[in-house]
Amino acid sequence: MENYSEKVMDHFMHPRNVGEILDANGIGNVGNPICGDVMRMYLKIKYNIIVDVKFKTFGCGAAVATSSMVTEMVKGKTVEEALQISNKAVAEALGGLPAVKMHCSVLAEQALRAAIADYYRKIGKDPSSFEPKEKLPHH
Amino acid sequence: MRRIYLDYAATTPTDTEVIKTIQPYFFDKFGNPSSIHGFGQEARKAIEEAREKLAVSLMAKPEEIIFTSGGTESNNFVLFGVAYALRKNGNHIITSAIEHHAITEPCKFLKKRGFKITFVKIDKDGLVDPGDVKKAITDKTILISIMHANNEIGTIQPVAEIAKVAHEKGIYFHTDAVQTVGHIPVDVNALDVDLLSLSAHKFYGPKGVGALYIRKGTRIERFLHGGDQERGKRASTYNTPGIVGLGKAIEICQNKMQEEIEFQTRLRDKLIGGILKNILGTHLNGHPKKRLPNNVNISVEYIEGESMILNLDMEGIACSTGSACTSSSLEPSHVLLAIGQPPEIAHGSLRFTLGRYTKEEEVNFVLEVLPRIVKKLRAMSPLYKE
Repeated sequence: MENYSEKVMDHFMHPRNVGEILDANGIGNVGNPICGDVMRMYLKIKYNIIVDVKFKTFGCGAAVATSSMVTEMVKGKTVEEALQISNKAVAEALGGLPAVKMHCSVLAEQALRAAIADYYRKIGKDPSSFEPKEKLPHH
Repeated sequence: MRRIYLDYAATTPTDTEVIKTIQPYFFDKFGNPSSIHGFGQEARKAIEEAREKLAVSLMAKPEEIIFTSGGTESNNFVLFGVAYALRKNGNHIITSAIEHHAITEPCKFLKKRGFKITFVKIDKDGLVDPGDVKKAITDKTILISIMHANNEIGTIQPVAEIAKVAHEKGIYFHTDAVQTVGHIPVDVNALDVDLLSLSAHKFYGPKGVGALYIRKGTRIERFLHGGDQERGKRASTYNTPGIVGLGKAIEICQNKMQEEIEFQTRLRDKLIGGILKNILGTHLNGHPKKRLPNNVNISVEYIEGESMILNLDMEGIACSTGSACTSSSLEPSHVLLAIGQPPEIAHGSLRFTLGRYTKEEEVNFVLEVLPRIVKKLRAMSPLYKE
Protein backbone atom coordinates (compact mmCIF):
# COMPACT_ATOMS: atom_id res chain seq x y z
CA MET A 1 0.00 0.00 0.00
CA GLU A 2 1.08 3.58 -0.59
CA ASN A 3 1.89 5.59 2.49
CA TYR A 4 -0.38 8.19 4.03
CA SER A 5 0.45 11.85 3.51
CA GLU A 6 1.68 13.93 6.44
CA LYS A 7 -1.67 15.67 6.59
CA VAL A 8 -3.54 12.37 6.82
CA MET A 9 -1.25 11.25 9.64
CA ASP A 10 -1.73 14.57 11.42
CA HIS A 11 -5.52 14.27 11.29
CA PHE A 12 -5.32 10.61 12.27
CA MET A 13 -3.04 11.13 15.26
CA HIS A 14 -4.71 14.38 16.34
CA PRO A 15 -8.28 14.14 15.10
CA ARG A 16 -10.30 17.37 15.34
CA ASN A 17 -13.80 17.45 16.77
CA VAL A 18 -13.95 13.97 18.27
CA GLY A 19 -16.91 13.37 20.55
CA GLU A 20 -20.65 13.78 20.79
CA ILE A 21 -23.03 16.74 20.87
CA LEU A 22 -25.75 16.18 23.44
CA ASP A 23 -28.22 18.62 21.86
CA ALA A 24 -27.35 17.83 18.26
CA ASN A 25 -30.19 18.40 15.80
CA GLY A 26 -28.72 16.23 13.05
CA ILE A 27 -27.12 12.83 13.62
CA GLY A 28 -25.80 10.57 10.85
CA ASN A 29 -24.81 6.93 11.28
CA VAL A 30 -23.13 5.17 8.39
CA GLY A 31 -20.95 2.14 7.74
CA ASN A 32 -20.97 -1.32 9.16
CA PRO A 33 -18.67 -2.92 11.72
CA ILE A 34 -18.58 -6.04 9.54
CA CYS A 35 -16.90 -4.02 6.80
CA GLY A 36 -14.51 -2.51 9.33
CA ASP A 37 -15.71 1.08 9.43
CA VAL A 38 -18.50 2.97 11.16
CA MET A 39 -18.90 6.73 11.44
CA ARG A 40 -21.32 8.74 13.51
CA MET A 41 -21.59 12.48 12.93
CA TYR A 42 -23.33 15.01 15.18
CA LEU A 43 -24.37 18.43 13.84
CA LYS A 44 -25.60 21.48 15.69
CA ILE A 45 -27.35 23.67 13.15
CA LYS A 46 -28.61 27.17 13.93
CA TYR A 47 -30.30 29.46 11.36
CA ASN A 48 -29.20 27.06 8.62
CA ILE A 49 -25.54 27.29 9.66
CA ILE A 50 -23.50 24.42 11.05
CA VAL A 51 -22.27 25.94 14.31
CA ASP A 52 -20.83 22.77 15.83
CA VAL A 53 -19.86 19.33 14.63
CA LYS A 54 -18.43 16.23 16.31
CA PHE A 55 -17.73 12.66 15.22
CA LYS A 56 -16.89 9.18 16.37
CA THR A 57 -15.31 6.68 14.02
CA PHE A 58 -14.40 3.00 14.14
CA GLY A 59 -12.03 2.42 11.28
CA CYS A 60 -8.59 2.65 9.75
CA GLY A 61 -6.28 5.65 9.47
CA ALA A 62 -7.99 6.98 6.36
CA ALA A 63 -11.47 6.63 7.88
CA VAL A 64 -10.46 8.61 10.98
CA ALA A 65 -8.55 11.26 9.01
CA THR A 66 -11.39 11.87 6.53
CA SER A 67 -13.89 12.06 9.40
CA SER A 68 -11.73 14.65 11.11
CA MET A 69 -11.19 16.65 7.92
CA VAL A 70 -14.83 16.76 6.92
CA THR A 71 -15.77 18.16 10.33
CA GLU A 72 -13.25 20.97 9.82
CA MET A 73 -14.60 21.67 6.36
CA VAL A 74 -18.27 21.98 7.34
CA LYS A 75 -17.95 24.08 10.45
CA GLY A 76 -19.45 27.55 9.85
CA LYS A 77 -20.91 26.56 6.48
CA THR A 78 -24.57 26.68 5.51
CA VAL A 79 -26.33 23.39 5.10
CA GLU A 80 -26.45 23.85 1.31
CA GLU A 81 -22.72 24.60 1.17
CA ALA A 82 -21.99 21.52 3.26
CA LEU A 83 -23.97 19.36 0.84
CA GLN A 84 -21.60 20.45 -1.94
CA ILE A 85 -18.65 18.76 -0.19
CA SER A 86 -17.72 15.55 -1.96
CA ASN A 87 -15.54 12.69 -0.78
CA LYS A 88 -13.02 13.74 -3.44
CA ALA A 89 -12.81 17.22 -1.96
CA VAL A 90 -12.18 15.73 1.49
CA ALA A 91 -9.44 13.48 0.11
CA GLU A 92 -7.88 16.42 -1.74
CA ALA A 93 -7.94 18.55 1.39
CA LEU A 94 -5.91 15.80 3.04
CA GLY A 95 -3.31 15.90 0.31
CA GLY A 96 -4.70 12.76 -1.30
CA LEU A 97 -5.33 9.19 -0.15
CA PRO A 98 -3.81 5.91 -1.31
CA ALA A 99 -5.98 4.49 -4.11
CA VAL A 100 -7.15 1.52 -2.03
CA LYS A 101 -8.31 3.94 0.68
CA MET A 102 -10.50 6.21 -1.48
CA HIS A 103 -13.58 4.25 -0.43
CA CYS A 104 -12.95 5.37 3.16
CA SER A 105 -13.55 8.98 2.15
CA VAL A 106 -17.01 8.01 0.92
CA LEU A 107 -17.86 7.19 4.52
CA ALA A 108 -17.18 10.78 5.62
CA GLU A 109 -19.29 12.23 2.81
CA GLN A 110 -22.13 9.82 3.59
CA ALA A 111 -22.05 10.54 7.33
CA LEU A 112 -22.38 14.24 6.62
CA ARG A 113 -25.29 13.70 4.25
CA ALA A 114 -27.00 11.32 6.68
CA ALA A 115 -26.68 13.89 9.48
CA ILE A 116 -28.11 16.67 7.31
CA ALA A 117 -30.92 14.34 6.18
CA ASP A 118 -31.75 13.75 9.83
CA TYR A 119 -31.87 17.52 10.36
CA TYR A 120 -34.07 18.03 7.28
CA ARG A 121 -36.55 15.50 8.55
CA LYS A 122 -36.72 17.29 11.89
CA ILE A 123 -37.56 20.62 10.23
CA GLY A 124 -40.01 19.02 7.79
CA LYS A 125 -37.91 19.15 4.61
CA ASP A 126 -37.45 16.29 2.16
CA PRO A 127 -33.89 14.89 2.20
CA SER A 128 -34.43 12.22 -0.47
CA SER A 129 -32.34 14.01 -3.14
CA PHE A 130 -29.11 13.57 -1.22
CA GLU A 131 -29.74 11.06 1.56
CA PRO A 132 -27.42 8.04 1.36
CA LYS A 133 -29.04 4.74 0.53
CA GLU A 134 -29.27 2.35 3.42
CA LYS A 135 -26.44 0.24 2.05
CA LEU A 136 -23.22 2.08 1.43
CA PRO A 137 -21.69 1.61 -2.00
CA HIS A 138 -18.86 -0.03 -0.13
CA HIS A 139 -17.26 -3.35 -0.95
CA MET B 1 13.22 7.24 18.73
CA ARG B 2 13.86 3.60 19.49
CA ARG B 3 12.48 1.14 16.97
CA ILE B 4 11.04 -2.16 18.11
CA TYR B 5 10.56 -4.87 15.53
CA LEU B 6 7.87 -7.39 16.44
CA ASP B 7 6.98 -8.66 12.99
CA TYR B 8 9.44 -11.56 12.65
CA ALA B 9 6.77 -13.74 11.00
CA ALA B 10 6.74 -11.29 8.10
CA THR B 11 10.49 -11.44 7.68
CA THR B 12 13.65 -11.58 9.79
CA PRO B 13 16.84 -9.56 9.52
CA THR B 14 19.68 -11.52 7.96
CA ASP B 15 22.00 -12.70 10.73
CA THR B 16 25.33 -10.84 10.54
CA GLU B 17 27.17 -14.19 10.57
CA VAL B 18 25.14 -15.17 7.51
CA ILE B 19 26.05 -11.91 5.77
CA LYS B 20 29.74 -12.56 6.42
CA THR B 21 29.48 -16.07 5.05
CA ILE B 22 27.74 -14.90 1.89
CA GLN B 23 30.09 -12.04 1.08
CA PRO B 24 32.81 -13.97 -0.85
CA TYR B 25 30.24 -15.44 -3.22
CA PHE B 26 29.50 -12.15 -4.93
CA PHE B 27 33.00 -11.38 -6.23
CA ASP B 28 35.80 -13.78 -5.24
CA LYS B 29 33.79 -16.97 -5.66
CA PHE B 30 31.29 -15.80 -8.25
CA GLY B 31 31.56 -18.82 -10.57
CA ASN B 32 28.59 -20.59 -12.09
CA PRO B 33 28.23 -23.80 -10.09
CA SER B 34 27.32 -25.63 -13.30
CA SER B 35 30.74 -24.81 -14.87
CA ILE B 36 33.41 -27.48 -14.69
CA HIS B 37 36.38 -25.16 -14.15
CA GLY B 38 37.77 -24.15 -10.77
CA PHE B 39 35.54 -21.09 -10.42
CA GLY B 40 32.49 -23.25 -10.95
CA GLN B 41 33.75 -26.01 -8.70
CA GLU B 42 34.30 -23.82 -5.65
CA ALA B 43 30.79 -22.40 -5.97
CA ARG B 44 29.39 -25.89 -6.50
CA LYS B 45 31.12 -27.11 -3.36
CA ALA B 46 29.55 -24.30 -1.31
CA ILE B 47 26.10 -25.19 -2.61
CA GLU B 48 26.51 -28.85 -1.74
CA GLU B 49 27.69 -27.90 1.74
CA ALA B 50 24.58 -25.79 2.23
CA ARG B 51 22.42 -28.66 0.99
CA GLU B 52 24.10 -30.98 3.46
CA LYS B 53 23.47 -28.57 6.35
CA LEU B 54 19.79 -28.23 5.48
CA ALA B 55 19.43 -31.98 5.03
CA VAL B 56 21.00 -32.64 8.44
CA SER B 57 18.61 -30.22 10.13
CA LEU B 58 15.56 -31.82 8.47
CA MET B 59 16.88 -35.40 8.96
CA ALA B 60 16.64 -35.73 5.17
CA LYS B 61 19.09 -36.92 2.51
CA PRO B 62 20.92 -34.16 0.61
CA GLU B 63 19.54 -35.44 -2.71
CA GLU B 64 16.02 -34.88 -1.38
CA ILE B 65 16.57 -31.10 -1.21
CA ILE B 66 15.78 -28.79 -4.13
CA PHE B 67 16.69 -25.13 -3.77
CA THR B 68 14.04 -22.68 -4.93
CA SER B 69 13.41 -18.94 -4.80
CA GLY B 70 11.37 -19.21 -1.58
CA GLY B 71 8.21 -20.45 0.08
CA THR B 72 5.83 -19.32 -2.63
CA GLU B 73 7.78 -21.12 -5.34
CA SER B 74 8.10 -24.28 -3.24
CA ASN B 75 4.35 -24.37 -2.66
CA ASN B 76 3.55 -23.70 -6.33
CA PHE B 77 6.09 -26.40 -7.27
CA VAL B 78 4.30 -28.95 -5.09
CA LEU B 79 0.78 -28.22 -6.26
CA PHE B 80 1.51 -27.99 -9.98
CA GLY B 81 4.23 -30.65 -9.89
CA VAL B 82 2.05 -33.26 -8.21
CA ALA B 83 -1.06 -32.24 -10.18
CA TYR B 84 0.78 -32.77 -13.50
CA ALA B 85 2.54 -35.96 -12.41
CA LEU B 86 -0.56 -37.67 -11.01
CA ARG B 87 -3.32 -36.21 -13.13
CA LYS B 88 -4.08 -39.67 -14.55
CA ASN B 89 -4.63 -41.02 -11.03
CA GLY B 90 -7.01 -38.33 -9.87
CA ASN B 91 -7.90 -34.68 -9.70
CA HIS B 92 -8.69 -34.09 -6.04
CA ILE B 93 -6.54 -32.12 -3.57
CA ILE B 94 -7.24 -31.61 0.13
CA THR B 95 -5.94 -28.60 2.03
CA SER B 96 -7.13 -26.45 4.93
CA ALA B 97 -9.12 -23.26 5.26
CA ILE B 98 -6.17 -21.38 6.80
CA GLU B 99 -3.31 -22.00 4.37
CA HIS B 100 -1.09 -19.22 3.12
CA HIS B 101 -2.13 -17.62 -0.19
CA ALA B 102 0.83 -19.39 -1.78
CA ILE B 103 -1.22 -22.57 -1.34
CA THR B 104 -4.79 -21.32 -1.75
CA GLU B 105 -4.16 -19.34 -4.94
CA PRO B 106 -2.48 -22.19 -6.89
CA CYS B 107 -5.36 -24.39 -5.66
CA LYS B 108 -7.90 -21.95 -7.06
CA PHE B 109 -5.97 -21.87 -10.33
CA LEU B 110 -6.10 -25.68 -10.52
CA LYS B 111 -9.78 -25.63 -9.66
CA LYS B 112 -10.49 -23.56 -12.79
CA ARG B 113 -8.69 -26.24 -14.77
CA GLY B 114 -10.62 -29.30 -13.74
CA PHE B 115 -9.31 -30.06 -10.26
CA LYS B 116 -11.46 -30.43 -7.20
CA ILE B 117 -10.20 -28.80 -4.02
CA THR B 118 -11.47 -29.50 -0.51
CA PHE B 119 -10.66 -26.90 2.13
CA VAL B 120 -11.14 -28.74 5.44
CA LYS B 121 -12.44 -26.60 8.26
CA ILE B 122 -10.58 -25.89 11.49
CA ASP B 123 -11.73 -25.54 15.08
CA LYS B 124 -11.82 -22.34 17.13
CA ASP B 125 -8.16 -22.73 18.08
CA GLY B 126 -7.13 -23.18 14.47
CA LEU B 127 -6.57 -26.93 14.56
CA VAL B 128 -7.31 -29.31 11.71
CA ASP B 129 -9.00 -32.53 12.79
CA PRO B 130 -7.27 -35.50 11.09
CA GLY B 131 -10.70 -37.19 11.10
CA ASP B 132 -12.05 -34.42 8.84
CA VAL B 133 -9.17 -34.97 6.44
CA LYS B 134 -9.91 -38.69 6.40
CA LYS B 135 -13.56 -38.05 5.60
CA ALA B 136 -12.62 -35.72 2.74
CA ILE B 137 -10.51 -38.36 0.95
CA THR B 138 -11.98 -39.80 -2.26
CA ASP B 139 -10.55 -42.32 -4.73
CA LYS B 140 -9.47 -39.30 -6.79
CA THR B 141 -7.39 -37.66 -4.06
CA ILE B 142 -3.75 -37.25 -5.13
CA LEU B 143 -2.38 -34.79 -2.58
CA ILE B 144 -3.04 -33.52 0.93
CA SER B 145 -1.35 -30.27 1.94
CA ILE B 146 -1.69 -28.92 5.48
CA MET B 147 0.62 -26.24 6.85
CA HIS B 148 2.89 -27.05 9.79
CA ALA B 149 2.13 -23.84 11.69
CA ASN B 150 -0.08 -20.94 10.77
CA ASN B 151 1.59 -17.63 9.99
CA GLU B 152 -1.14 -15.50 11.54
CA ILE B 153 -2.35 -17.26 14.67
CA GLY B 154 0.65 -19.54 15.22
CA THR B 155 -1.31 -22.77 15.74
CA ILE B 156 0.84 -25.87 15.17
CA GLN B 157 -1.01 -28.65 13.33
CA PRO B 158 -0.89 -32.37 14.17
CA VAL B 159 1.03 -32.92 10.94
CA ALA B 160 2.24 -36.46 11.69
CA GLU B 161 -1.32 -37.63 12.42
CA ILE B 162 -2.65 -36.10 9.22
CA ALA B 163 0.25 -37.58 7.24
CA LYS B 164 -0.67 -40.99 8.64
CA VAL B 165 -4.23 -40.56 7.37
CA ALA B 166 -2.88 -39.67 3.92
CA HIS B 167 -0.41 -42.56 3.78
CA GLU B 168 -3.01 -45.12 4.85
CA LYS B 169 -4.61 -44.38 1.49
CA GLY B 170 -1.32 -44.04 -0.39
CA ILE B 171 -1.77 -40.29 -0.87
CA TYR B 172 1.14 -37.84 -0.91
CA PHE B 173 1.36 -35.45 2.03
CA HIS B 174 2.90 -31.99 1.85
CA THR B 175 3.40 -29.44 4.59
CA ASP B 176 4.16 -25.75 4.24
CA ALA B 177 6.75 -25.38 7.00
CA VAL B 178 7.74 -21.79 6.20
CA GLN B 179 6.85 -20.67 9.73
CA THR B 180 8.50 -23.56 11.58
CA VAL B 181 11.83 -24.46 9.93
CA GLY B 182 14.60 -22.92 12.01
CA HIS B 183 12.22 -22.15 14.88
CA ILE B 184 11.02 -25.51 16.19
CA PRO B 185 12.29 -29.02 15.40
CA VAL B 186 11.29 -30.09 11.91
CA ASP B 187 12.13 -33.72 11.16
CA VAL B 188 10.73 -35.00 7.88
CA ASN B 189 10.65 -38.55 9.22
CA ALA B 190 8.94 -37.77 12.50
CA LEU B 191 6.43 -35.63 10.60
CA ASP B 192 6.21 -38.36 7.96
CA VAL B 193 5.92 -35.90 5.07
CA ASP B 194 6.62 -36.53 1.39
CA LEU B 195 7.08 -32.86 0.57
CA LEU B 196 7.95 -29.83 2.69
CA SER B 197 8.37 -26.14 1.81
CA LEU B 198 10.66 -23.66 3.56
CA SER B 199 11.98 -20.15 3.11
CA ALA B 200 15.33 -18.71 4.28
CA HIS B 201 14.25 -15.15 5.11
CA LYS B 202 11.94 -16.48 7.83
CA PHE B 203 14.92 -17.84 9.75
CA TYR B 204 17.54 -15.09 9.47
CA GLY B 205 18.71 -16.07 5.99
CA PRO B 206 18.54 -13.91 2.87
CA LYS B 207 15.36 -13.18 0.93
CA GLY B 208 14.72 -14.83 -2.43
CA VAL B 209 15.86 -18.31 -1.51
CA GLY B 210 14.09 -21.35 -0.12
CA ALA B 211 13.88 -25.07 -0.61
CA LEU B 212 11.54 -27.94 -1.25
CA TYR B 213 12.10 -31.30 0.40
CA ILE B 214 11.01 -34.14 -1.88
CA ARG B 215 11.11 -37.60 -0.34
CA LYS B 216 12.99 -40.03 -2.55
CA GLY B 217 10.63 -41.74 -5.00
CA THR B 218 7.92 -39.08 -4.87
CA ARG B 219 6.48 -38.43 -8.32
CA ILE B 220 6.53 -34.74 -9.13
CA GLU B 221 6.88 -32.90 -12.44
CA ARG B 222 9.76 -30.44 -12.88
CA PHE B 223 8.88 -26.84 -12.11
CA LEU B 224 11.16 -24.59 -14.16
CA HIS B 225 12.08 -25.88 -17.61
CA GLY B 226 15.54 -25.06 -18.92
CA GLY B 227 18.92 -26.29 -17.80
CA ASP B 228 19.48 -29.47 -15.82
CA GLN B 229 20.13 -27.88 -12.42
CA GLU B 230 18.72 -29.53 -9.31
CA ARG B 231 18.66 -32.99 -10.87
CA GLY B 232 16.50 -31.73 -13.68
CA LYS B 233 13.70 -30.71 -11.35
CA ARG B 234 14.28 -26.98 -11.31
CA ALA B 235 16.22 -25.12 -13.99
CA SER B 236 17.86 -21.73 -13.41
CA THR B 237 21.41 -20.69 -12.54
CA TYR B 238 22.12 -21.34 -8.89
CA ASN B 239 21.65 -18.41 -6.51
CA THR B 240 24.96 -19.17 -4.82
CA PRO B 241 24.98 -16.38 -2.20
CA GLY B 242 21.36 -17.10 -1.31
CA ILE B 243 21.85 -20.83 -0.99
CA VAL B 244 25.07 -20.44 1.02
CA GLY B 245 23.20 -18.01 3.27
CA LEU B 246 20.32 -20.44 3.74
CA GLY B 247 22.81 -23.13 4.79
CA LYS B 248 24.55 -20.89 7.30
CA ALA B 249 21.24 -19.60 8.66
CA ILE B 250 19.83 -23.06 9.31
CA GLU B 251 23.08 -24.08 10.99
CA ILE B 252 22.87 -21.12 13.39
CA CYS B 253 19.19 -21.86 14.09
CA GLN B 254 20.00 -25.49 14.90
CA ASN B 255 22.62 -24.42 17.42
CA LYS B 256 20.42 -21.83 19.10
CA MET B 257 17.04 -23.51 18.80
CA GLN B 258 16.45 -24.78 22.31
CA GLU B 259 17.62 -21.54 23.89
CA GLU B 260 15.52 -19.41 21.52
CA ILE B 261 12.39 -21.52 22.05
CA GLU B 262 12.66 -21.12 25.82
CA PHE B 263 13.36 -17.39 25.70
CA GLN B 264 10.67 -16.56 23.16
CA THR B 265 8.04 -18.74 24.83
CA ARG B 266 8.59 -16.90 28.09
CA LEU B 267 8.31 -13.46 26.46
CA ARG B 268 5.35 -14.60 24.36
CA ASP B 269 3.43 -15.70 27.43
CA LYS B 270 4.37 -12.51 29.25
CA LEU B 271 3.04 -10.40 26.38
CA ILE B 272 -0.17 -12.44 26.02
CA GLY B 273 -0.79 -12.50 29.75
CA GLY B 274 -0.08 -8.78 30.14
CA ILE B 275 -2.43 -7.74 27.35
CA LEU B 276 -5.30 -9.99 28.42
CA LYS B 277 -4.95 -8.87 32.01
CA ASN B 278 -4.55 -5.14 31.47
CA ILE B 279 -6.93 -4.50 28.59
CA LEU B 280 -10.56 -5.54 28.92
CA GLY B 281 -12.25 -6.89 25.81
CA THR B 282 -9.19 -8.64 24.39
CA HIS B 283 -8.97 -12.26 23.19
CA LEU B 284 -6.12 -14.56 22.26
CA ASN B 285 -6.38 -16.03 18.76
CA GLY B 286 -4.92 -19.45 18.04
CA HIS B 287 -4.22 -22.39 20.30
CA PRO B 288 -3.00 -21.37 23.79
CA LYS B 289 -0.39 -24.17 23.97
CA LYS B 290 0.07 -25.69 20.51
CA ARG B 291 1.45 -22.46 19.09
CA LEU B 292 4.70 -21.08 17.74
CA PRO B 293 7.02 -19.90 20.52
CA ASN B 294 7.13 -16.41 19.03
CA ASN B 295 3.49 -15.77 18.07
CA VAL B 296 1.08 -13.44 19.85
CA ASN B 297 -2.24 -12.76 18.11
CA ILE B 298 -4.83 -10.75 19.98
CA SER B 299 -8.18 -9.27 19.02
CA VAL B 300 -9.17 -5.99 20.63
CA GLU B 301 -12.88 -5.25 20.68
CA TYR B 302 -14.43 -1.99 19.37
CA ILE B 303 -11.36 -0.73 17.50
CA GLU B 304 -9.79 -1.39 14.15
CA GLY B 305 -6.39 -2.97 13.52
CA GLU B 306 -4.78 -0.51 11.14
CA SER B 307 -5.47 2.39 13.45
CA MET B 308 -3.69 0.46 16.24
CA ILE B 309 -0.76 -0.38 13.94
CA LEU B 310 -0.34 3.28 12.97
CA ASN B 311 -0.39 4.39 16.60
CA LEU B 312 2.10 1.68 17.56
CA ASP B 313 4.29 2.68 14.62
CA MET B 314 4.35 6.26 15.94
CA GLU B 315 5.81 4.74 19.13
CA GLY B 316 8.38 2.88 17.05
CA ILE B 317 6.70 -0.52 17.39
CA ALA B 318 6.26 -2.64 14.26
CA CYS B 319 3.60 -5.38 14.17
CA SER B 320 0.78 -6.48 11.86
CA THR B 321 -3.00 -6.97 11.72
CA GLY B 322 -5.62 -9.16 10.05
CA SER B 323 -7.84 -6.16 9.41
CA ALA B 324 -9.26 -5.63 5.94
CA CYS B 325 -7.94 -2.12 5.95
CA THR B 326 -4.37 -3.20 5.39
CA SER B 327 -5.21 -5.43 2.45
CA SER B 328 -6.35 -4.37 -0.98
CA SER B 329 -9.06 -7.05 -0.88
CA LEU B 330 -10.96 -5.21 1.88
CA GLU B 331 -11.71 -8.56 3.46
CA PRO B 332 -10.53 -9.34 6.97
CA SER B 333 -8.09 -12.22 7.39
CA HIS B 334 -9.44 -15.53 6.06
CA VAL B 335 -7.69 -17.23 8.98
CA LEU B 336 -9.54 -15.24 11.65
CA LEU B 337 -12.85 -15.74 9.85
CA ALA B 338 -12.12 -19.48 9.62
CA ILE B 339 -11.64 -19.77 13.40
CA GLY B 340 -15.12 -18.34 13.71
CA GLN B 341 -14.36 -14.74 14.59
CA PRO B 342 -17.08 -12.25 13.71
CA PRO B 343 -15.71 -9.88 11.04
CA GLU B 344 -15.95 -6.83 13.32
CA ILE B 345 -13.61 -8.56 15.80
CA ALA B 346 -11.28 -9.83 13.07
CA HIS B 347 -10.80 -6.19 12.00
CA GLY B 348 -9.39 -5.49 15.46
CA SER B 349 -6.62 -8.09 15.50
CA LEU B 350 -2.95 -7.49 16.22
CA ARG B 351 -0.09 -9.89 15.60
CA PHE B 352 3.22 -9.49 17.42
CA THR B 353 5.91 -11.99 16.43
CA LEU B 354 9.11 -12.12 18.45
CA GLY B 355 12.56 -13.15 17.33
CA ARG B 356 16.28 -13.52 17.89
CA TYR B 357 16.88 -9.86 18.68
CA THR B 358 13.79 -9.21 20.81
CA LYS B 359 14.56 -7.89 24.29
CA GLU B 360 12.43 -8.19 27.37
CA GLU B 361 12.28 -4.41 27.79
CA GLU B 362 10.76 -4.18 24.30
CA VAL B 363 7.93 -6.45 25.37
CA ASN B 364 7.56 -4.36 28.52
CA PHE B 365 7.34 -1.22 26.40
CA VAL B 366 4.51 -2.70 24.31
CA LEU B 367 2.67 -3.58 27.51
CA GLU B 368 3.14 0.01 28.64
CA VAL B 369 1.94 1.81 25.50
CA LEU B 370 -0.74 -0.52 24.12
CA PRO B 371 -3.35 0.13 26.86
CA ARG B 372 -2.97 3.87 26.24
CA ILE B 373 -3.47 3.46 22.49
CA VAL B 374 -6.50 1.20 22.96
CA LYS B 375 -8.02 3.73 25.36
CA LYS B 376 -7.50 6.58 22.92
CA LEU B 377 -9.06 4.69 20.00
CA ARG B 378 -11.96 3.39 22.04
CA ALA B 379 -12.76 6.94 23.14
CA MET B 380 -13.14 7.68 19.44
CA SER B 381 -15.17 4.57 18.60
CA PRO B 382 -18.94 4.77 18.13
CA LEU B 383 -19.13 1.06 19.03
CA TYR B 384 -17.61 1.44 22.49
CA LYS B 385 -19.46 2.23 25.69
CA GLU B 386 -17.61 2.39 28.99
